[in-house]
Amino acid sequence: MAIYLIRRFLIMIATIFVIATMTFILMHSIPGNPFTTQDRSTSEAVQENLNAHYHLDEPMLTQYGIWLKSLVTFDFGPSIKQPTETVNDLLSRGFPISAELGMWTIMIALLSGITLGVLAALKHNGMIDYIAMTLAVLGISVPNFILATLLIQQLAVNLQLLPAATWSSPMHMIMPIIALATGPTAIIARLTRSSMLEVLTQDYIKTARAKGLSPAKIVIKHALRNALMPVVTILGTLVAAILTGTFVIERIFAIPGMGKYFVESINNRDYPVIMGTTVFYSAFLIFMLFLVDIVYSILDPRIKLHKKGGS
Amino acid sequence: MEKILEIEDLHVHFTTYGGTVQAVRGVSLYLNKGETLAIVGESGSGKSVTSNSIMQLIPSPPGKIVKGSIQFKGRDLVQTSKKEMRAIRGVDISMIFQDPMTALNPTLTVGDQLTEGLKQHTSISADSAKQKAMDMLRLVGIAEPDNRFKQYPHQFSGGMRQRIVIAMALICEPDLLIADEPTTALDVTIQAQIMELFSEIQEKTGVSIILVTHDLGVVARVADRVAVMYGGKIVETGDKDAIFYNPQHPYTIGLLHSVPRLDMQEAVLQPIDGTPPDLFAPPQGCPFTARCAHAMQVCANVYPPATNLSASHQVECWLQDARATRAASLMKR
Repeated sequence: MAIYLIRRFLIMIATIFVIATMTFILMHSIPGNPFTTQDRSTSEAVQENLNAHYHLDEPMLTQYGIWLKSLVTFDFGPSIKQPTETVNDLLSRGFPISAELGMWTIMIALLSGITLGVLAALKHNGMIDYIAMTLAVLGISVPNFILATLLIQQLAVNLQLLPAATWSSPMHMIMPIIALATGPTAIIARLTRSSMLEVLTQDYIKTARAKGLSPAKIVIKHALRNALMPVVTILGTLVAAILTGTFVIERIFAIPGMGKYFVESINNRDYPVIMGTTVFYSAFLIFMLFLVDIVYSILDPRIKLHKKGGS
Repeated sequence: MEKILEIEDLHVHFTTYGGTVQAVRGVSLYLNKGETLAIVGESGSGKSVTSNSIMQLIPSPPGKIVKGSIQFKGRDLVQTSKKEMRAIRGVDISMIFQDPMTALNPTLTVGDQLTEGLKQHTSISADSAKQKAMDMLRLVGIAEPDNRFKQYPHQFSGGMRQRIVIAMALICEPDLLIADEPTTALDVTIQAQIMELFSEIQEKTGVSIILVTHDLGVVARVADRVAVMYGGKIVETGDKDAIFYNPQHPYTIGLLHSVPRLDMQEAVLQPIDGTPPDLFAPPQGCPFTARCAHAMQVCANVYPPATNLSASHQVECWLQDARATRAASLMKR
């Protein structure tokens, strides 16, 4: 286990290094620099001074070295566009909000998705099954930004039940979470249903029934745990999907999370912020995937983490 | 002898998109206390459906017991409510399934699976449940039960898993054990060990056993009585010796001839030609007619009545009819 963890940790560091390098190359291959997009024109001298200040006049390799140093020390320096704030400030302000949105979304998606999936499987080919699966197809097909706009139109503008935007009270959270969670809920529901249907035909379910266990116990103790394996597997990808979803949803609902800074920083060529947020997002995602693997080994005793290829 | 189980005229149908499968068509059988009854027959003959019906474990829908009764300890299991049935399952009647590799839940420890039935049906403490489970593991011949208790199914071999499945079935001390092809998925040496175990357990606990199998070697080893099923019906039933040494139904004879024997010189086995009947539209007469070397005109049209050859030996075949015997003897002359 310890050896596995160390190995895994080294791989995670290597992955982040590769992502950091790719980001650096991609970022510098976008035409323009942080100052070309400014509205007011700056004089040549000012421009040169700025370049010098942010080391943009140095050779690429040196800049890359500086970037790696900032990565290792986890100090990305100040933002170019908002010089009063460092990238770390932005991250520590934006991340808790994004994380709150993300965690609620995941939790609600898991809870409702699994419940729907299990119900659909138990009432296979019944009314509940058809309703749940119709909803699931809708949920997968409708993009979250469409759903978000529809929700705002209906709940905020027409019915005036919920506030239309920003992030200050639980009431504000409802619409963004619904908009963001619907897609993942649908995916989880479909997956749970199909794997539950498969598990319910397994011999060990028959054995459990032959023992005289109650239906509830059979479903929860014997079926669900096995049926959730595929759900755990896609959880990593789902976290990534929700993460990218937050970029859009945060913009629509004017939520001051990380997504806002991320998108703005690319538009502005705000190099330090791009670097900081990208690496932070990647590190977060890699860590989530790592967590998924751990959860996997807890759920299924047959998966051993220390074995080669077990990752 | 006290009868522990008596099935009367059992009919089980499965409704599918392609039509209704009449899997079991009027099965009657009984089981005495402490004896082993083997139900033999080829795939699709209805033997598993019959045994699952006793437990009321026919998947429904599509399966349904349309007619008949299953008397067990003075009650009809067909009429029993689901809740009452749950109290019978695992306690009075236990069941063992074919494949031990899949019969255990891979994500729960063996100990947990052993004790959960016990905990469900009795108000036993966790400690004594564990104690009992250890005793059962010892009974079925698993060494170091203390360590094994905490392990998961994948840490056991196939034979060991079947032993655990048997321990699990016996832990509530049932009166009736139904074993649905318990050795089919095991290799031959392990099969022998498991059958040995069945005999031992029966000696120790006095449990009655219904053994569903298509392996006549297994039958010869442990059964007291044999019921031969074909096309959803029991075509011949009798004591083991009667079936093995004095088989009367052409199907039983064919079945016995298709088994490899050490004392026979022929290099080629004798298969029964043809295929089993289509149970979507079962034949009006004897289902074996199409494959029977002795088939007569009557066989295709009318199902033969039962003939009692002795108190326990019964066969359903037109060859038993006095007129057929006369015809046969005439032909010989």
